[in-house]
Amino acid sequence: MTINKILEKYPFAMSYFVENKLDVENHKEKTFQEFLDGFTHEEVEDLAMDKEELAENLEIFIDQMKEFLGIKEEVGVRSLTILPGFDKSGSPEGFNELTISTSQVISIVGPTGAGKSRLLADIEWTAQKDTPTGRSILINDELPDKKWRFSSNNKLVAQLSQNMNFVMDLTVMEFLQLHAESRLVEDVEGTIQRIIRAANSLAGEKFQLDTPVTALSGGQSRALMIADTAILSSSPIVLIDEIENAGIDRRKALNLLIDEDKIVLMATHDPTLALIADKRIIIKNGGIAKIIETTEEEKEILLKLEKMDTYIQDMRSSLRNGKTLSV
Amino acid sequence: MNLVIFSGPPSSGKTSIILKTIEAMRKRDLQVGVVKFDCLSTDDDILYEKAGIPVKKGLSGALCPDHYFASNIEEVVQWGRRRGLDLLITESAGLCNRCSPYIKSIKGVCVIDNLSGINTPKKIGPMLKAADIVVITKGDIVSQAEREVFASKVNSVNPKAMTMHINGLTGQGAFELSTLLYDEDENLESVTGMELRYPMPSALCSYCLGETRIGDDFQMGNVRKIELGDMDE
Ligand SMILES: Nc1nc2c(ncn2[C@@H]2O[C@H](COP(=O)(O)OP(=O)(O)OP(=O)(O)O)[C@@H](O)[C@H]2O)c(=O)[nH]1
Ligand SMILES: Nc1ncnc2c1ncn2[C@@H]1O[C@H](COP(=O)(O)OP(=O)(O)OP(=O)(O)O)[C@@H](O)[C@H]1O
Ligand SMILES: [Mg+2]
Ligand SMILES: [Mg+2]
Ligand SMILES: [Zn+2]
Ligand SMILES: [Zn+2]
Repeated sequence: MTINKILEKYPFAMSYFVENKLDVENHKEKTFQEFLDGFTHEEVEDLAMDKEELAENLEIFIDQMKEFLGIKEEVGVRSLTILPGFDKSGSPEGFNELTISTSQVISIVGPTGAGKSRLLADIEWTAQKDTPTGRSILINDELPDKKWRFSSNNKLVAQLSQNMNFVMDLTVMEFLQLHAESRLVEDVEGTIQRIIRAANSLAGEKFQLDTPVTALSGGQSRALMIADTAILSSSPIVLIDEIENAGIDRRKALNLLIDEDKIVLMATHDPTLALIADKRIIIKNGGIAKIIETTEEEKEILLKLEKMDTYIQDMRSSLRNGKTLSV
Repeated sequence: MNLVIFSGPPSSGKTSIILKTIEAMRKRDLQVGVVKFDCLSTDDDILYEKAGIPVKKGLSGALCPDHYFASNIEEVVQWGRRRGLDLLITESAGLCNRCSPYIKSIKGVCVIDNLSGINTPKKIGPMLKAADIVVITKGDIVSQAEREVFASKVNSVNPKAMTMHINGLTGQGAFELSTLLYDEDENLESVTGMELRYPMPSALCSYCLGETRIGDDFQMGNVRKIELGDMDE
């Protein structure tokens, strides 16, 4: 097949040529092999090329991308099931089976060192009694496909945590374009508009498409990260390690993830977040000690907590705007 | 004994990952040792020693550390065998983007970090392209989007490798890596006769041989000139 044909059939192959520094522009009538054979011995050494491997990898790359596109069309992940293992002392965990479906939010609570991160890692690795906890993970009630462990484009889990920052030197627009392209999105423009709208509805102050991502405020970057993860990330499960209060509407943020059919697990010490969840997992000594469903009474408490949160938020913005507070 | 070769750009998290991975293997009762290859200096040996891990270091000084690695790996393997190790890990600071220490049929792991910029996968050559496992670190401080873009860049230069995200600080993901490094059916006695995965550059110039004076008269061997392109007009 000529390079032209390859690109016609698999437009994404261009990123393979670009990342491997292969300038195919004036060689599109050739097959890839002919193109590679055009390099002299010296050029090969100069560019640190491995012709055989480049040819082999192109095929693997195309297969992987085809698979990736195929997965996007499939029904995808509908549920995640955790089967019990053992705590750090070797005693069985205190639950039989926990199934979490898309659009559910589960919170994880427990003291430092109790094993919250280990639980998240078990999910990420689709544990099959082969981690220190002995837990197993099922996807859609079945043994998970190996691809969740081994392929770089099909990661089961996306993560959001406190310490995350943007580090790329790009504007919001360029940044989202780059991400959309890497996810092989068809309607790039439309997707970007959706993300911006969602992000602006989470953050207090709106931002522009030509703002560098590194210049966004804390609240704005958090909002953009959440909107981007909800809409663009291909990972069906989102693990959240605390969302701080500053500058974003946390309830809306969770709703956005739910609306995009994500399964949300959230490690938190914040009572409001813990109670927004449908259920909470109590971790003690490395094991899941209990799973508690949020009660009606707790939902009432949640309303109060949210009122307090709003009260504090209002005070904060009044102070910021130079007002004097009164009772 | 098993041998695993770790390589990766400076400060990408190699030592952190190796330490967390060995810690995750503790329960398996395996003897693990490390040899660190570097150029001018390293304090990594102190970190390994503190963790109670048998360690040696080799400084290449005037040589490219990967050339030095190739000349010494057999001796290092024999040291590991004398120490009765089950698993010997070598850590090489990938200072030269042109060379890589990987050997055919020996597991090669490249550690690269999310902060190094999205053009890094394109730049670092065989050290990344020829690895069996690529570990991506420092995902805890960048956004999900950047992690995904970075991983997809890594995938396009090395689609065969298995890519893993590991946090060098908390060790999340290190247990998973530890399950991939040791195979009890494997028993390496020597690496003599084995081949490097990718040839190192063969060119030598007079400066390789100790020349210090600048000027055309002193340039011999493989000399290449920069093209500035403004003398033709
Ligand atoms: N935030 C964060 N920091 C990390 C991570 N992994 C490593 N680091 C930090 O990065 C720095 C460099 O880590 P090292 O493990 O020493 O890196 P190295 O590749 O062994 O470095 P050299 O051997 O000197 O080339 C240390 O300060 C680590 O604590 C990670 O996943 N996240
Ligand atoms: N069931 C278990 N059996 C054996 N070891 C376990 C088990 N659960 C957790 N561990 C180990 O206990 C240690 C602490 O667990 P982890 O890091 O998950 O705690 P954490 O709750 O995330 O703590 P922090 O709040 O500090 O983040 C880890 O080394 C982990 O591998
Ligand atoms: Mg933790
Ligand atoms: Mg080191
Ligand atoms: Zn070199
Ligand atoms: Zn030289």
